[in-house]
Amino acid sequence: MSGTIPFDPDDRYNAFLTTCKNPSHGNGKLAGVAVAVKDNISTKNIETTCASKILKGYVPPYDAHVIELLRAEGAAIAGKTNMDEFGMGSTTENSAFGPTLNPCDPSRVPGGSSGGSAAAVAAGMVQMALGSDTGGSIRCPASFCGIVGLKPSYGRVSRYGLIAYSNSLEQIGPLGKSVTDVSTLMSAIAGYDRHDTTSRDKPYTHTPDADIKGLKIGIPQEYFGAGVDPAVAAVVRKAIGRLEELGAVTVPCSIPSMEYALAAYYVTTTCEASSNLARFDGVRYGPAPDTNKSWHDAYTEVRAAGFGAEVRRRIMLGTFALSSGYYGKYYAKAQIARENVRADFNRIFSGADVIAGPTMPTVAFRLKEKSDPLSMYLADILTVPANLAGIPAISVPCGTAHGLPVGLQIMGRMFEDERVVDVAYAYEQAVN
Amino acid sequence: MVTEKDVLQIAELADVGIGDAEPGTFTHQFNAILEYFDILDRVEGSGQVAHELINVLREDEVEPSLPQEDVLRNAPATEDGFIKAPRVM
Repeated sequence: MSGTIPFDPDDRYNAFLTTCKNPSHGNGKLAGVAVAVKDNISTKNIETTCASKILKGYVPPYDAHVIELLRAEGAAIAGKTNMDEFGMGSTTENSAFGPTLNPCDPSRVPGGSSGGSAAAVAAGMVQMALGSDTGGSIRCPASFCGIVGLKPSYGRVSRYGLIAYSNSLEQIGPLGKSVTDVSTLMSAIAGYDRHDTTSRDKPYTHTPDADIKGLKIGIPQEYFGAGVDPAVAAVVRKAIGRLEELGAVTVPCSIPSMEYALAAYYVTTTCEASSNLARFDGVRYGPAPDTNKSWHDAYTEVRAAGFGAEVRRRIMLGTFALSSGYYGKYYAKAQIARENVRADFNRIFSGADVIAGPTMPTVAFRLKEKSDPLSMYLADILTVPANLAGIPAISVPCGTAHGLPVGLQIMGRMFEDERVVDVAYAYEQAVN
Repeated sequence: MVTEKDVLQIAELADVGIGDAEPGTFTHQFNAILEYFDILDRVEGSGQVAHELINVLREDEVEPSLPQEDVLRNAPATEDGFIKAPRVM
C-alpha cells in the first residue's frame, strides 16, 4: 500500500542536513521503509549540498538513478545526510554545517565521509541509508558506528546523479543495522544504467546464505601490522576464529603494494577532484559570481568563500600533482601502483575466496583528534586498496575495543559482492 | 619541497583563493603530504595489466532532456533563457 510514513526525528547527532517530514512511499520490496540518502546523491526537488556552502540552496532538477530505483521499490526518502564536504574526510567534521556525532559515544566522530548516513542508522532514525565510498567512506563510518556497510564492486551501482569527487574510485552503496538489510538495499540499487558509461550489467538478486564451509579466507599480514591498534587486531582475529569454527579455512597472504597504496590513492583522488570540482563556479548553481568582474577574479571569490579548507587543499594538491613536470612523478606512478594493487589481489584470489582483516586501524577518534591532514589520510590505509582494485568490500560489526565498535572487513573478487555478503552474514548469524 | 610562492601560484591556477594566514599553513601541510607521496618513487612495474574493455559508445540520437526552466532554476543570474556568466574578455 502506498502512502506516507511518520518521520520527524530528534536529530541530536546532527545526522541530517535535510529531513523530509512524513515522506511518501510506494509499493515494492522497500514499501514504507525509511531510507536516508547521503547529501552527494541528487534528489529531485530536495536540496542537495554535498555539505558544502558552494551548493547551499541547490535543488536538483532530476533524481540520481539509485533514487529512481528506490522510489520504484516503494522506499520513503527520509532525508539527506551529513558528510565530509564533497566526501573529503574520514570523520564528517569537514561538513560546512557542523560535525555529526557518533551515537555510540557523542564525544567521538562517526567516521566518514558517510557519517550522517551511518549515524542515522546506528541511532535507529532510519532502517537503511545510502552512502558513497571513494576510499572507505561507507565502511569507515559503518565500523565506527557499529553497523554494516557495503562498498559494491565498481560498476555494479550506477553513479548517475552522484556528484562526482573521484569517478574512477567511488561507488554508491548501502548501510544498515543487519547484513540482510544491506543486502536488500543492494538488490534495489544494483544493475545496469545506460547513463553511466562505467555501469555493468550485473544485477544483484541474492539472498544471504550463512554456509561458508570450506571457504578460503586470505589473512594479509599488512592488515595486522604496524599502525593497527593491537586491541582492534585482537578483536578481528577472534572474529576470524569464529569464521573458522563455521568451517572456513584461513590462509596467510601478503599485499606488498600496500606500502604505497595510500599514496597512490591520494594522488589519484586529488587529481580527479581538481578536475571534477572545477565546475563549481557559481554560474549554473551556487552563490552568484560578480558578473562585473573578470571570470578569474569572480570564480576565485566564489570558490574561496564556498569551499572549506580541506576541499581547497585537495584541489590544490591535485592541481600541483598534475602540473607540467610533476605528472610523471605523481599521477603516472600512482596508476602503476594501482595496477600493482590489482595484481596483488588477483594473485591472492587465485588461492583464497575472500580476504579478511580490520576495516579501520583504530576505533572512532575523538572529535578534533585528527587535526593534521596527513594523520587523517593515514587512517584510510586498510580501506583504500579495495577502491584502487574496484573489488567489493563489506564491514560488519565484530565486537568492541576500548568500549567502542570494531568492524570486520571482508573483501572479495570483482563482482563477487554476494560472497562478501554471505561471509558477513555467516558471522552475524553466528554471534547473534 | 614547495615554497609559499609555489602555494600562492597553485592557489591562483586552481581559482580557490588564499587568505593572508594560509600560505604558511598550506606550505607546511603540503610538504608533509608530498614527502609521504615520495614513496611512489619506489613503485616498479609497467602498469600494463590486461583489462576487460567494453565498447560503451552508442548511436548519437537526440533524446528528450530536461525542460529549460528546470535547468535554469538553480542559476543565480539568467537573461532571456540564458545563464549569465562573468565577462571573459
